[in-house]
Amino acid sequence: MRLLVVEDDEVLLDGLKVGLQMCGFTVDAVTTVADAQAAVRADTFEAVVLDLMLPDGSGLDVLAAMRRAKDRTPVLLLTAKDEVSDRICGLDAGADDYLGKPFDLDEVAARLRAIIRRGQGRAESRLIWQGAALDPARMTVERGGALTTLSRREFAILQALMENPGTIHSKPSLEQKLYGWQEEVESNTVEVHVHKLRAKLGASFIETVRGVGYRLRTAE
Amino acid sequence: MKSMRLRLFTILLVTTSAVWLFATIWIYASTQAEVERVLDARLTEAARMVSSLITDHRIDAASAAEVAASQRPPDSFQAAKENYNRQLSCQIWSLQGDLLGRSESAPAASLAAHTDGFEDTEINGERWRVYAIVNPTLGVRVLVGDSIEIRERLIGDVVKGLLLPAVVILPLLAMLIWLSLARGLAPFNRIAASLAGRAATELHPVDDTAAPLEVKPIIMSLNSLFQRVGEARERERNFTAYAAHELKTPLAGLKTQAQIAIRSKDVAVQRQALARIATSVDRTSRMVRQLIDMAAVDSTDVPMEPEEVDVALLIGDIATELEGVTASKDVRVVTLADGDRTCSVRTDRTLLRLALRNILENAVQHSPEGGEVTCRVAASDKGATIEISDQGPGIEPAEHERVKAKFYRNSRAGSIGSGLGLSIVQMALERIGGSIAFSRGGDGFAVRTWIPVLQQD
Repeated sequence: MRLLVVEDDEVLLDGLKVGLQMCGFTVDAVTTVADAQAAVRADTFEAVVLDLMLPDGSGLDVLAAMRRAKDRTPVLLLTAKDEVSDRICGLDAGADDYLGKPFDLDEVAARLRAIIRRGQGRAESRLIWQGAALDPARMTVERGGALTTLSRREFAILQALMENPGTIHSKPSLEQKLYGWQEEVESNTVEVHVHKLRAKLGASFIETVRGVGYRLRTAE
Repeated sequence: MKSMRLRLFTILLVTTSAVWLFATIWIYASTQAEVERVLDARLTEAARMVSSLITDHRIDAASAAEVAASQRPPDSFQAAKENYNRQLSCQIWSLQGDLLGRSESAPAASLAAHTDGFEDTEINGERWRVYAIVNPTLGVRVLVGDSIEIRERLIGDVVKGLLLPAVVILPLLAMLIWLSLARGLAPFNRIAASLAGRAATELHPVDDTAAPLEVKPIIMSLNSLFQRVGEARERERNFTAYAAHELKTPLAGLKTQAQIAIRSKDVAVQRQALARIATSVDRTSRMVRQLIDMAAVDSTDVPMEPEEVDVALLIGDIATELEGVTASKDVRVVTLADGDRTCSVRTDRTLLRLALRNILENAVQHSPEGGEVTCRVAASDKGATIEISDQGPGIEPAEHERVKAKFYRNSRAGSIGSGLGLSIVQMALERIGGSIAFSRGGDGFAVRTWIPVLQQD
């Protein structure tokens, strides 16, 4: 799942980036309102983590611009101001959730998963397909009673496939979910990780649609 | 004296008593003078009357003398104790010295030796006021006397009559004064009660519309005090909120980095997280120091103490303090002082030091590795100019005004400082009446500070 993190404090931004990557997210990071607005216009993210106090304005400006442009990407506000009035203000401006600083990394990840899930209209936190249950909180998949831990990249690919099981995912669209802007895309990563997933879940779980991409097998 | 009521009561009672006493003395003196005058007139009148009676021969002086001699005179005169009977005593003497006649109350001894006018005499221990008149036709001398004791008693009785009501009235007056004071001082009690009922947070002004004229200044001073305390509290509250807010972000950073260090199995990631924690702690502690400085600058509790400050020496001091930073970046701080005179200015040392320290710290931190920070100092009678220039990127002209604002954070501050430095500079300069201007020099950025001579207030 690809995230945009907007935060001007260098150490916190780095912490969010590394920490959320460890939780299975792909993270892009910007530090200003201007960069954030450019990013949400140019790219699609599953969620945006937004700090309120930014050097060139308020995070609420970014939020307002997104909602004006009918961008329904879930937004989690992070802020040091945690009075009730501030929370109400943020939520009324169109934020999906609100977290006061300092926060727990796991809580940020859990809230992000929750607002993304709600955005997709799902109640169940796990993704289930053909007897396989993917637990995003633990980055594990359970199939036939066997629990398998996934690497960050494996998890990201499987999550993308299971969120939309019927559709075919092209290699570039999967790469986009795996890599942030600053990361260099390695040419055969998707193939390598699909191979590893097949080894863990059974060769027939992911189908290759030749020349187009990958999808989950629809029937046994 | 602690009780105002008691104090007023004492003052009023003492002054009232003093007035009473003075009035009594005055009345006594004037009564005495008046009584003397009236009684003296009566003596004169009586003596003349007796003299004229015997001149008409209604009384035969010669035979009267025999009668007088046959009468047994009273052993001594006794002034009546209870009443004013027998006030006047009369004697008629022949010029040869024989007693021709006397009234019933008069003593046998001569009342006086003189021939004419008034005289005070003493006979057998009894004091007399005597008027003498000589009747040359008959060759007699008429003496009419008043007992001085009776006179004094008369005056005493008059004064006593005046004093007695005063003695009765005085306690009554005291009571009335006491009660009136309670009533008169009621506005104070009302204010005291309204203040006593207040919580520490209630700083709204006391209503002075119904207050008497004398109480208004107190209420006005109180209200002005309330306002100042309120403003100070507000400043403190703003500051606390700001400080809490400013510290939460670095804390959040520290926490996430710590969680990464705990969780990651990758040694490189752990190391990087720990390194970031270390830098973040340094930055946060600098920020805490700046917040404390800011609180010190912001506080108006501490009065300014103008003194002669040698600016060049002060900069040297600050540079020594910043040696840790300057050494790590290999930055040199050079001070160029106006050679002719000592570069000193009369101002508050602490505030000037805070301002210069933050400017210098910014300059050093924005300097490139191995760079040079130049401080030029020039002083005149009116103040001192301090120009601190570095070889760093400086501040965008568009931001020149904004960076001075309280609690403003520069867009580039994130990587270097907390953004509090220039706020502290601006606040400190405001208090000592100085000003700051930014300019871009040939190879860097210059901050020019003007410090005026601070007048003792």
